[in-house]
Amino acid sequence: MLRLLNLELQKLLLNRTSKILIFVSFVLPFFVILLSSLKINVFGFFTLELGELGIFNFPVIWHLTTFFASQFKFFFAIVVVSMIGNEYSNKTIKQNLIDGLSKKEFILSKFYTITFFSLVSTILIFLISFCIGLYYSSYNEFSIIIQETEFLMAYFIKLIGFFSLCLFFGMLVKRSAFALAFLFILYIVEWIIFGLITWKFNADIAEKIQNFFPLKSMYKLIDQPFQRIAMTKFPDKVDLSYDYGAHGYEMLIVLGWTALFIFLSYRLLKKRDL
Amino acid sequence: MESILTINNLTKKFGYLTAVKDLSFTINKGNVYGILGPNGSGKSTTLGVVLNVVNKTSGDFHWFDGNISTHHALKKVGAIIERPNFYPYMSGYQNLKLVCKIKGVDYSKIDEKLEIVGLLERRDSKFRTFSLGMKQRLAIASALLNDPEILILDEPTNGLDPQGIHQIREIIKEIATKGTTILLASHLLDEVEKVCSHVVVLRKGEKLYSGRVDEMISSHGFFELKCNNQNELVKLLKNHKSFGNVKTEDDLVTAFLTEPMKSEEFNKYLFENGIILTHLIQRKESLEEQFLQLTDNNPINQN
Repeated sequence: MLRLLNLELQKLLLNRTSKILIFVSFVLPFFVILLSSLKINVFGFFTLELGELGIFNFPVIWHLTTFFASQFKFFFAIVVVSMIGNEYSNKTIKQNLIDGLSKKEFILSKFYTITFFSLVSTILIFLISFCIGLYYSSYNEFSIIIQETEFLMAYFIKLIGFFSLCLFFGMLVKRSAFALAFLFILYIVEWIIFGLITWKFNADIAEKIQNFFPLKSMYKLIDQPFQRIAMTKFPDKVDLSYDYGAHGYEMLIVLGWTALFIFLSYRLLKKRDL
Repeated sequence: MESILTINNLTKKFGYLTAVKDLSFTINKGNVYGILGPNGSGKSTTLGVVLNVVNKTSGDFHWFDGNISTHHALKKVGAIIERPNFYPYMSGYQNLKLVCKIKGVDYSKIDEKLEIVGLLERRDSKFRTFSLGMKQRLAIASALLNDPEILILDEPTNGLDPQGIHQIREIIKEIATKGTTILLASHLLDEVEKVCSHVVVLRKGEKLYSGRVDEMISSHGFFELKCNNQNELVKLLKNHKSFGNVKTEDDLVTAFLTEPMKSEEFNKYLFENGIILTHLIQRKESLEEQFLQLTDNNPINQN
C-alpha cells in the first residue's frame, strides 16, 4: 500500500501545476478560516470580529469549518481528474502496466492518494478548528468539545466520495477538461430529475429521492450552517429549524457511491484496450 | 530448452476486425527473436496482449513456467512499445526512479543503465527536453533496469535519424551478446536480419512462419540466367525435374530450384543440351525476398 501511495505521490509532487493546486486546496481554506477568526478593523469605522458572534463556539465550529473547507474541494478535484488525464495523454498508463503494475494496483494507487489527501485535509481542519475553538469558545469542557465531531468524519467521507467521482469521470472520458464538464453536467442532471419528480409527484418525494443522488448526497452530508446560526440568534422562530446533523445513513450512501465509483473505474480499465 | 513465453491459439478482435488470428508460438531462453510483418499485421497487438495492456478475445498465453500472474512476470521483463512514454515534467533520473518503484528494483541500477545508453550526463534534464533518440535510449535504459530475462522492443528505431538508428542497434547488439533473450518487432528487414536468429512472420494477424531465419523458406535458392536462345532455355528448364517456378524478365531468366543442385552440374547439363550461357548466378533469397515471397505470394501456411 505504501509503495502504491509513494508511486502516486512522486507523480503528483514533481508536477508543478498539481503541486500548486494541492497547495491551494489545502492552504486556502486554512487561511480563510484563520483570517475570519481575526479581529478585522474596517477602515477605523468599526471592528468586525466574527468570533463575537459565537460562531466559533464548540460544537458549532466543527460544522462551520468543515462546511467552508469543503467548498475548496474543487481545487483538488482538478488535481484528481488531471492525474488521470495526464496518464492517458502521456500514455504513461500503458507504460506503467507494461512495467509490471497491475490494473488493480493502478486504480488502488489513485484511490490511496485520494484517501491520503482527504485524511490530511481532515486532520488540518481538525487542528485549526480545535485551536480557534479553544481560543474563542465560551465552553471548553471536554464533553462539549467532542460533541458533533462527526462532522469531521462527514468531511472526510465527503472528500473521498467526491474525489472518487472525479476519478471515475477521469477514467471514463480520459481528458481532464471533459471530466470536469461531466461533473457540471451531472449537477444539472440531478436538478433536472429533481424538477421532473417534483412536477410528477411533489417536492417532498423529490427531495427524498434526490438525497440519494451522488452530488446531492455528498452535499447533504454537511448542511449549510447559516440557518443554524440564525436559529441560535432567533430561537423563537420555529420555521427556521431544520435537520442539520451529519447522519450515519447519509455517510453510508456516500460510502456506497464511493465503492461503486472505484469499482466502476476498475472495471472500465480492465475492459479497455490501451 | 527453458521457455520464456508461450502463446497458444491467441485471437484478438477489434469489433469485426481480427487483428490476431489463432496465433501460437514459443519464445525460448537465449535466442534473439524477430516478429516480422507489414504494418497492421498484428505485431503490436500481439505484444500488447502479452504485456497486459490489450485484452485477448480467446486463446491463452503464459510467461515462464506459467505459475505466476502476468503483472508479476512483467517485473522480470523489459519492454518498449512504439513510442517512449514518460512523464515530461520529470527528469530522466526521476522517471527511472518511478520505474524502479513499480518493478521493485534498487535505485543504484539507474546510473548504471543510464551509462549503458549514454545518457548519464543528461540524467537531471527534464524528459520533455530530450530529443527523440534520447527518449528512445531512455526507454531502453528503463527496460533494462531490472536486468530482464527478456527484452521486448517494438520498432525501436522508428522515426530516428541514421545516427539514432545506429546507436540503438549497437545497444541492442551489445545486450544480445550478453545472452539476454530479445524479442524484436519490426517491419525493417535488415534490422531483423542483422540481429535475429529466429523469426515469426505475420500477415493480417496470421502466422506464416516461425523458426530459424535461415530456414525461413524450404528453398534451395535459384539461378539467374542469360543466354542468346531464351525460348529454348525456358522450355528446357520447365521440363527439368529439379526446377519449379521459372520467371522471365526481359532477357533475364530466374529459375527456382526444388532440390539441391550445383552450378557446375547445371552448366554442364545446359551445355550438353546445346545452350551456352552468357550469365549465370546461383543465389539464395535475401530475407527481404523471402519475406516478400511469404507475405505476398503464398497465401498458404508453409509449416
